[in-house]
Amino acid sequence: MKNNGHQSTSPTVCLPKCPTGIQGLDEITGGGLPRGRTTLVCGGAGCGKTLFAAEFLVRGAAQFGEPGVFMSFEETDAELKSNVASLGFDLAGLVRRKKIVLEHVYIERSEIQETGEYDLEGLFVRLNHAIDSIGAKRVVLDTLEALFAGLPNEAIVRAELRRLFRWLKDKGVTAIITAERGREQMTRHGLEEYVSDCVILLDHRVHDQIATRHLRVVKYRGALHGTNEFPFLIGDEGLSVLPITSLGLTHKVSSKRISTGIPRLDAMLGGRGFFRGSSILLTGTPGTGKTIVSACFAQAAARRGERVLFFSFEESPDQIIRNTRSIELRLEPLVKRGLLRFHSARPTLYGLEMHLATMFKEIAAFQPHVVIVDPITSLMVAGTDFETKGMVTRLIDYLKGGQVTSLFTSLTHGGHALQQSEIAMSSLMDSWLLLQDFEGNGERNRLLYVIKARGMAHSNQVREFLISNRGIDLVDAYIGPSGVLTGASRVAQAAREKAEALASQQEAARRKRELVRKRATLERQIAGLRSEYETEEVELRRMDEQVGTRTRVLTAERTELARLRQADDIGVAARVPGKPKPMNGK
Amino acid sequence: MKTGTAKRCAFAAAGAPAKVWQLRLYVAGQTPKSLTAFSNLKQICENHLAGRYRIEVIDLLEKPGLSKGDQILAIPTLVRKLPQPVRKIIGDLSNTERVLVGLDLRDAG
Repeated sequence: MKNNGHQSTSPTVCLPKCPTGIQGLDEITGGGLPRGRTTLVCGGAGCGKTLFAAEFLVRGAAQFGEPGVFMSFEETDAELKSNVASLGFDLAGLVRRKKIVLEHVYIERSEIQETGEYDLEGLFVRLNHAIDSIGAKRVVLDTLEALFAGLPNEAIVRAELRRLFRWLKDKGVTAIITAERGREQMTRHGLEEYVSDCVILLDHRVHDQIATRHLRVVKYRGALHGTNEFPFLIGDEGLSVLPITSLGLTHKVSSKRISTGIPRLDAMLGGRGFFRGSSILLTGTPGTGKTIVSACFAQAAARRGERVLFFSFEESPDQIIRNTRSIELRLEPLVKRGLLRFHSARPTLYGLEMHLATMFKEIAAFQPHVVIVDPITSLMVAGTDFETKGMVTRLIDYLKGGQVTSLFTSLTHGGHALQQSEIAMSSLMDSWLLLQDFEGNGERNRLLYVIKARGMAHSNQVREFLISNRGIDLVDAYIGPSGVLTGASRVAQAAREKAEALASQQEAARRKRELVRKRATLERQIAGLRSEYETEEVELRRMDEQVGTRTRVLTAERTELARLRQADDIGVAARVPGKPKPMNGK
Repeated sequence: MKTGTAKRCAFAAAGAPAKVWQLRLYVAGQTPKSLTAFSNLKQICENHLAGRYRIEVIDLLEKPGLSKGDQILAIPTLVRKLPQPVRKIIGDLSNTERVLVGLDLRDAG
């Protein structure tokens, strides 16, 4: 009756569920297997049926307080204990504490002679006894098909199986029946016709020499369930189903930003770098510097005191440390201080499921703030595109849930075409940087674009990406008439612009000098004119003075003359002073 | 020790069967099949092993814990405990011929 929170149906029609505790399975089935009913788990040899059933029992006993009975028709108690011990289950301890009963049923056809009528009451008695001895709530029968092999009369076996399933239901236990997969039917002996409530199909498929396990809920009466095939894996801690499509987008987000380790790149990303807890995709053709950008990011994070986990699928840790040392990145001290941890593995070492399991384990153990996967595309050889996407989704969700910033590099093959898989993957990413080779003028140069950066203003400009022995730098690329100019052409263009600038500067100076000279000329002319004017003025004044003097002299002479002639004194004297008046006025 | 006993018994079965046969019949309650099996067994033993046999009837409804020891699934099951090797015959023992074969009495008789 626990863990029914997943169901959305009203309580009157909802089916009680029995949580399996298997990672992911309870999400797909909306809470677990149907309680009090029988579930058929079928699949081919080696697909994990027995482990599935064993985990159901062990988790039931250890986590949900439901004791269980494991009735095995194939493996002995000791075999079973050692098999599940490899998954970290302490079956022996649970048996000792009377939480689990192991019942090994041994049938050997050669030892059995059949005469006349019989039934399988002995099996019922045995199972009943085992269930009652510990008050079991869960039962596993692995695998009932041994009955068909061990007992000659199939009609009786079938009739008894029908009775057994009825009996299990009446007993109220949640049961798992395992069965081999048949050629045309789901099970070799058609067991599915007896089990009507829940059927789970396990599958172990080899694709390109790499095996991946799949799980599918074929039937689940009375409940919504994911019908897809889900990859699952068997790791150190049991099964883990990867329910890609039922992932919730409910993780908390942070608005804190962290530096990329490259100041100019930070500037391109709104000046402050990536969001903490976001996922970043870095795609690029071979040799564009993906690992170096990753290493820069790693160094910056570790220097801030954050823990960084670097999954490398191409280079060994020592190789990365050596190579990045050549561009002034010092990763070794950070590794020594325990802030940076490398995990290198060849992608073909094992299947995708195992990679994912290993990564989860490493992440859980190291608790990093930043996770770098270089390159994620290497894992595509370990699985199909769809599986890889599923895996990345799962990984991103897991990381985002823990506010871990993740950087995935992705190798593009050739040219400018972005591969389908990357486009598919990019939709999962919050930021996408593209590194590109640009070929021209007999040289190759690297360009960097920010294709997307969710939730921040980011530059739409292409930058040239320089790797020198002093580190990484981003410079503006020139946009010329024939396209983007990089490398030597950019330098040439810069030189040309410099020359042009110099030329125009000199021109300006020349014109300035010209102007000064013109001004001097003008001033000289002005001075000449002025001196001419002054000369004339002086002349005029002198003439004025001469006229005045002559008039005075004339007047004096006339007065003298008049005096000499002794003319009418008064009359002449009165008229004479008035005469020069008009002259003065002139 | 065990193999020694087995060898001796095999020898006894083939030559002069002097040992006592220990037979165990597993039933679950007084069902018609169980009763038929018991009467059939009694008759066969009287005919072929007169005075040299011992039948033990175990009702699993009373002693469910005993089903594990002899790996009992089918009811009724007849187990020949001695002479060794252990043999099992399931069913109501209505086919006398097959019971005799199953008990290895065919050759002896």
